[in-house]
Amino acid sequence: MDYHFMRTFADSWGLLAMLAFFVLASAFAFRPGSKILSENAARIPLKDD
Amino acid sequence: MRYATSIVSLGIACFLAVLAAAFAHDAAFAKHMWVLAIVLVVGVIALLRQVDFQPAPAVDPSAYMDGPIRYGLIATVFWAVVGLLVGVVIALQLAYPLLNIEPWFNFGRLRPLHTSGVIFAFCGNALICTSFYVVQRTSRARLFGGDLAWFVFWGYQLFIVMAATGYLLGITESREYAEPEWYVDIWLTVVWVAYLVVFLGTVIKRREPHIYVANWFYLAFIVTIAMLHIVNNLSMPVSFLGSKSYSAFSGVQDALTEWWYGHNAVGFFLTAGFLGMLYYFVPKQANRPVYSYRLSIIHFWALIFLYIWAGPHHLHFTALPDWAQTLGMVFSVMLWMPSWGGMINGLMTLSGAWDKLRTDPIIRMMVAAIAFYGMSTFEGPMMAVKTVNSLSHYTDWTIGHVHSGALGWNGLMAFSAVYYMTPKLWNRPALYSMRMVSWHFWLATLGIVVYAAVMWVSGIQQGLMWREHDEQGFLVYSFVESVAALHPYYLIRALGGLLYLSGALVMAWNITMTILGHQRDEAPIGGLLPSLQPAE
Repeated sequence: MDYHFMRTFADSWGLLAMLAFFVLASAFAFRPGSKILSENAARIPLKDD
Repeated sequence: MRYATSIVSLGIACFLAVLAAAFAHDAAFAKHMWVLAIVLVVGVIALLRQVDFQPAPAVDPSAYMDGPIRYGLIATVFWAVVGLLVGVVIALQLAYPLLNIEPWFNFGRLRPLHTSGVIFAFCGNALICTSFYVVQRTSRARLFGGDLAWFVFWGYQLFIVMAATGYLLGITESREYAEPEWYVDIWLTVVWVAYLVVFLGTVIKRREPHIYVANWFYLAFIVTIAMLHIVNNLSMPVSFLGSKSYSAFSGVQDALTEWWYGHNAVGFFLTAGFLGMLYYFVPKQANRPVYSYRLSIIHFWALIFLYIWAGPHHLHFTALPDWAQTLGMVFSVMLWMPSWGGMINGLMTLSGAWDKLRTDPIIRMMVAAIAFYGMSTFEGPMMAVKTVNSLSHYTDWTIGHVHSGALGWNGLMAFSAVYYMTPKLWNRPALYSMRMVSWHFWLATLGIVVYAAVMWVSGIQQGLMWREHDEQGFLVYSFVESVAALHPYYLIRALGGLLYLSGALVMAWNITMTILGHQRDEAPIGGLLPSLQPAE
């Protein structure tokens, strides 16, 4: 686990893993059927005091 | 007996503080431990005066725990005034060096007092109390951990007092925004873990199936600040009872660790946490759901993934490797995307309710806060571009940029949350005065505009004077000539700060009178409704 190893990992697999997570998380927000769920979620603060 | 354990543990802590003062390795540490002992004695006395031997009243587990939030709100207003006042003082010190009163009140010691005062004391208290407010109401659950929330509140105030008195005594790690020495850092870590337990525990025991997005932002803020604080403050104390420690890193690694921390303190303390406020208080005050909930999810993930890499832009043209500088620059530019996505989401929440801008000064304040969020997150990435940075770095332009974000986005957002929460927390029908909110809005906005504009002029002039050279390559101006040239700008800057401070004083009066239950006799904003005439 020297500097060179971490440096190479960071700009290859590490970068890819984070990018993949980000893309999947974003795609998940727009999955079919999420529109109604997110509209309900947006109303959470308005339900209660 | 109520408070028995608190009193005993505070008493023991006080005894230990006196011992630490007696066996201190250096004079500054001894003084600091005396400060701690005095603070703890005051705490013990305050608790002793409240002791009663009645059994504690039963706690209603379904009711929200608002006690620490009320205290937190008062602390927010108090520290806002203190932090801004110190800011005006150091602005005047720069214009009139005679105001540097040695040794305790010179610029070098007051400047961290100002930055920590506004960031950690004012914004930190605002974050803690709003997060407790929001997490209970969006989870529909009482705060987890019982009196742990009180520990978080008082523990955090103790951190602030120890940090602030340490600066005045000359105790510092010299790490920007992380000046407190090792023992104060350890205390903050303890408090922060307790904060995480309270917040996360409340989220876990929520009765609402979905975790509302504001809580995502708050949780990201709490977790990331824990990580940043611990890594940045890794250091070895010289002595177990001494005030000096040395960083675990050296040279450029140390600098990068510091700015990885420093930039993400801005990113997660002053941005993610405050976005939590935005996503709760703007929909509440406008009485409309957020414009696009799915955009807020994208906003969240994009912000989290990009912000953490932008720190190296603070070290352009230094010993930091070029690839790291370029990485910081590229990620800063990419940050435009989530920042503007979030700004549009916040502003569009008001679509269909823009008329409220005319009648509701709290909405006005929120819109201005979001607009300043957009402006300062546009300016920041631009300044991170190396060519721009070669002019702006180390100049007052940076100071102006920070203040348009801090005064505009953080200040106005925190103030509007305070205005929203106060009548609700103290069961008042409304604020003492809405017109005073309007006054506060205009004083603050004018103050920010004066401050930011004059710092642009001053910063660019400074940058141009520093780089000006004649045809033989000699610098045209000495450094002190550039300092002398800035004097008028520094006076105008102090005026801007004074305007902003007076706005905060108006707020302090308004909040105090609201808490005391008064109502100001005033005409409603937007005029009285015309009385409807029955048809003939």
